[in-house]
Amino acid sequence: MSAYILRRLLYALPILIGVNLLTFVLFFVLNSPDEMARMQLGEKRVTPAVISNWKQEHGYDRPLLFNEKASGLAKVTDTIFFQRSVKLFAFDFGSSDDGRNIGYDISQRMWPSLAIAVPVLLVGFAIDISLALFIVFFRATYLDFGAVVLLVAMMSISGLFYIIGGQFLMSKMFHLVPISGYDIGIKAWKFMILPVIVGVVGGVGSGVRWYRTLFLEEVSKDYVRTARAKGLTERRVLFRHVFGNALIPILTGVVVVLPLLFMGSLITESFFGIPGLGSYTIDAISNQDFAIVHAMVFLGAVLYILGLLLTDISYTLVDPRVRLQ
Amino acid sequence: MFVVLAVLAALVLLLGGCGKVPWNDPYPEGLALSNTLYSSFDERPKHLDPVRSYSANEYAFLAQVYEPPLQYHFLLRPYQLVPLSASQVPIPRYFDAAGKPLPDDAPAEQIAYSDYLVQVRRGVRFQPHPAFARDGSGALRYHGLTAVDLRGINRLADFPYTGTRDLTAADFVHQTKRLAAPWLHSPIAGVMQEHILGFKELGERLTQAAKLDPVARVQALREARLDGVEVVDPASFRIRINGKYPQFAYWLAMPFFAPMPWEAELFYAQPGMKERNIVLDWYPVGTGPFMLTENNPNLRMVLTRNPNFWGETFPTQGMPGDAEAGLIKDASRPMPFVDQAVYSLEKEDIPRWNKFVQGYYDSSGISSDAFDQAVRIGGDGGPSLTDEMQTKGIELMTSVETSISYLGFNMRDQVVGGYSEQARLLRRAISIAVDYEEFISIFANGRGLIAQGPLPPGISGYQEGKGGINPYVYEWHDGRPVRRGIAEARALLEQAGYPGGRDPKTGRALSINYEAVATGPDDKSRLAWMRKQFEKLGIELVIRSTDYNRFQEKMQNGTGQVYMWGWNADYPDSENFFFLLYGPNGKVEHQGENASNYDNPEFNRLFDQMKFMENGPERQALIDQMMTIARRDAPWLWGFYPKAFSLHHQWLFNVNPNKMANNTLKYRRLDPVLRERLRTEWNPSVLWPLWAVLGIGAILVLPALWMVRRRERSTAL
Repeated sequence: MSAYILRRLLYALPILIGVNLLTFVLFFVLNSPDEMARMQLGEKRVTPAVISNWKQEHGYDRPLLFNEKASGLAKVTDTIFFQRSVKLFAFDFGSSDDGRNIGYDISQRMWPSLAIAVPVLLVGFAIDISLALFIVFFRATYLDFGAVVLLVAMMSISGLFYIIGGQFLMSKMFHLVPISGYDIGIKAWKFMILPVIVGVVGGVGSGVRWYRTLFLEEVSKDYVRTARAKGLTERRVLFRHVFGNALIPILTGVVVVLPLLFMGSLITESFFGIPGLGSYTIDAISNQDFAIVHAMVFLGAVLYILGLLLTDISYTLVDPRVRLQ
Repeated sequence: MFVVLAVLAALVLLLGGCGKVPWNDPYPEGLALSNTLYSSFDERPKHLDPVRSYSANEYAFLAQVYEPPLQYHFLLRPYQLVPLSASQVPIPRYFDAAGKPLPDDAPAEQIAYSDYLVQVRRGVRFQPHPAFARDGSGALRYHGLTAVDLRGINRLADFPYTGTRDLTAADFVHQTKRLAAPWLHSPIAGVMQEHILGFKELGERLTQAAKLDPVARVQALREARLDGVEVVDPASFRIRINGKYPQFAYWLAMPFFAPMPWEAELFYAQPGMKERNIVLDWYPVGTGPFMLTENNPNLRMVLTRNPNFWGETFPTQGMPGDAEAGLIKDASRPMPFVDQAVYSLEKEDIPRWNKFVQGYYDSSGISSDAFDQAVRIGGDGGPSLTDEMQTKGIELMTSVETSISYLGFNMRDQVVGGYSEQARLLRRAISIAVDYEEFISIFANGRGLIAQGPLPPGISGYQEGKGGINPYVYEWHDGRPVRRGIAEARALLEQAGYPGGRDPKTGRALSINYEAVATGPDDKSRLAWMRKQFEKLGIELVIRSTDYNRFQEKMQNGTGQVYMWGWNADYPDSENFFFLLYGPNGKVEHQGENASNYDNPEFNRLFDQMKFMENGPERQALIDQMMTIARRDAPWLWGFYPKAFSLHHQWLFNVNPNKMANNTLKYRRLDPVLRERLRTEWNPSVLWPLWAVLGIGAILVLPALWMVRRRERSTAL
């Protein structure tokens, strides 16, 4: 397995370089270093000399991808792309365009993201699986049909509706929880209730429908008929046998997102005022802060690759037939 | 599902069981009755170093911490400078080129230098800060930190020892030198190098120092000499200005000139501090009434009373009506009145507004979405609060901003620009056609005052009434200005050579490009409205929307034709608005702020005279002449002066709109007992929905479980 993991990690290198390049090109197609400087320097009394000075200090005075004036290897290395990218592979995120240490900020802001994302994942997973199995139990009945209609309707509603609706009902109308905000440590729990409920309810439509499909596929297989023939109760058949055998596709969906929980939710964090990595990324995009955007996209790519690797490894745990070679 | 709902319900019930505070109270229970002011901010401050900071959202914090030599009187109007960290407002002394003193009324052209001798207020000390902490031997404890010393240090508060020292003149001089340091990117460096003697040369000398490590840079800055600024004695310093520049006193009221202790700068420059984000740009060090004790702009900023504050007292003088409004009730009482101010990050309008209505923010602006809920406009056009707001005892304050939002013409453009009569008539026709009254009504909820020229109310030179209207666009009827009719605009257009809006060269509708900053869906209706205004004249408006950065680039290159922009006063002097139309300040040729690149020699000449004069009838006469020229040439469609509407709860006192002062937190007073009583009254927890959810859950789940059991127990036959 070690060889497999090593090989997969090596495969990741060209992917990361590609992601890096793509991020870089997309960013600089939309934003020039002059625009970035203006964004940082403010609106008033910004002269070209000041802009030039800022670019020089932040290394944005170099050519983007290829330095014609340089010689030898410096044609490639003395560029914004190279200078900004190479350190990322050592997980040195450097400083944001406003001078803050990105690594430090990430280490501080991943906890609020996790504080919301982990309960949403766990509670959502438990509810989605339970409901899906329950619907499968009543498959091909009016209950099943009605549930699917409801789930499709829930899927079709924008996530923003759940957020605003939740804030309106839970906080404005019923005064049960704070409408937004966050606090550090254990004091954060009362701010987590509403985002977690909204996150779980907002995910029920797609989650239950997906798991229902998986379970329906399993439930028609021979081993299920055998289990029933042995006299097992339907509950035992579903929760033990069907659920166990449906784990591979479930894991594909769940394990791959585990590392990405660090990255937070862009909209939820913004609406609830949660100082996580989601709002960090959104702020960076609106501030045209390339250093942060670059670092967050890179981190997201690394975590996604890690998630895929973990998924592969988890297959071996749930299915003895799978071997990683 | 049932179990999960039950768990969630239990969690919510647990929340309620925590105490007597409302369940939706976002603050810790122990602070319910504390003398803490609660407010919000929507944008993370980028810079908290006074040398760099230049935006209102940063000044909201910075101005409470740093004390420049002067400030604006809280109540008196027109705006008046009064001492802050200086003991008196400095009076400039003038000298000729030979260094001979000149009388106060000497002509500006004779004046080679102006000296401002600033007396530093005695007994002022810096806030407690680790940069001043000393050990037993008297050495600075946290200077020369090693990697080992910094273990476990992640925030400024992690340094256990703090110290302080008296404010001296050298702190002001050090800060003035910092303005010239190229690595600090001060936005006013360009302006100051025109005025402060030796400022430009210092900047050039420091270019080499920019390559040094941060500690060496600070040392180089300390050792560098700025010819125009010198310490006279520990309690006074002198600033020498090239020529005469009466507006310089206003700059002394801005945080750019707040004193900076060298110990703080050196402390933050040490290796290992930047990696921990412990930098001067993040943790201010001042002498003001508050100090920033928590700086987490992703969550909240907390200002706490500075225990070393020198004891400024509430002003005793006010305007007529201020006493009746209770604004001088606290006269002569030492400030600040609140112990702490907590600013929470609220990026979205909906939660921010709801928290204000629930009583969790003491004051609030009014977003467009919430406007109808808060304010109704009466038949006379005057605003008043809705019944809901009045029931809660919320108070509304309105004031005209010292800023302008205008539609500019690029005077370098072949069609809309230039100084020919034809071009003037075209611009005047457009000025009449674009109905800004409608714009204010639709897009600003009535929050704006039509601009008749570049000067907003509150700025010296502004004239109200019939004498203050723009006669090219308005007529005076029944005691108020009335916009001239569209027929008149069409006639002007015909005289300009575009009958029916047709360009005689092409035979088609005259096409004008509008450079618009439009990035969101909300901008669409605004742009459609603008297009319709030009259509009234038969002119085709081509919208070239872009983001703000690219817009600035276009303005810099002078490629636009018509654009919308604005200006917020740095100081309450007409020079700060007229300079936006001063030729040598053109954006394309001189990289200045004159985005229309307006360059009228007569206007420039009058500006050169006016800027050196003190306010008075003579200056007013020049301003009137300049206004006449500008209105005739119409380089701008003058647009409107935005009006600020703000709300505050009945437990917040001493709220008075002051558009120039940013350090107003110290004047605020609270009644926390009343606040807590009303918060509890307004936010009773409504529990029936919880029980309803549990009941519905039970109704759904229990029969289903029964069915499951029945199915399992039923036989096949």
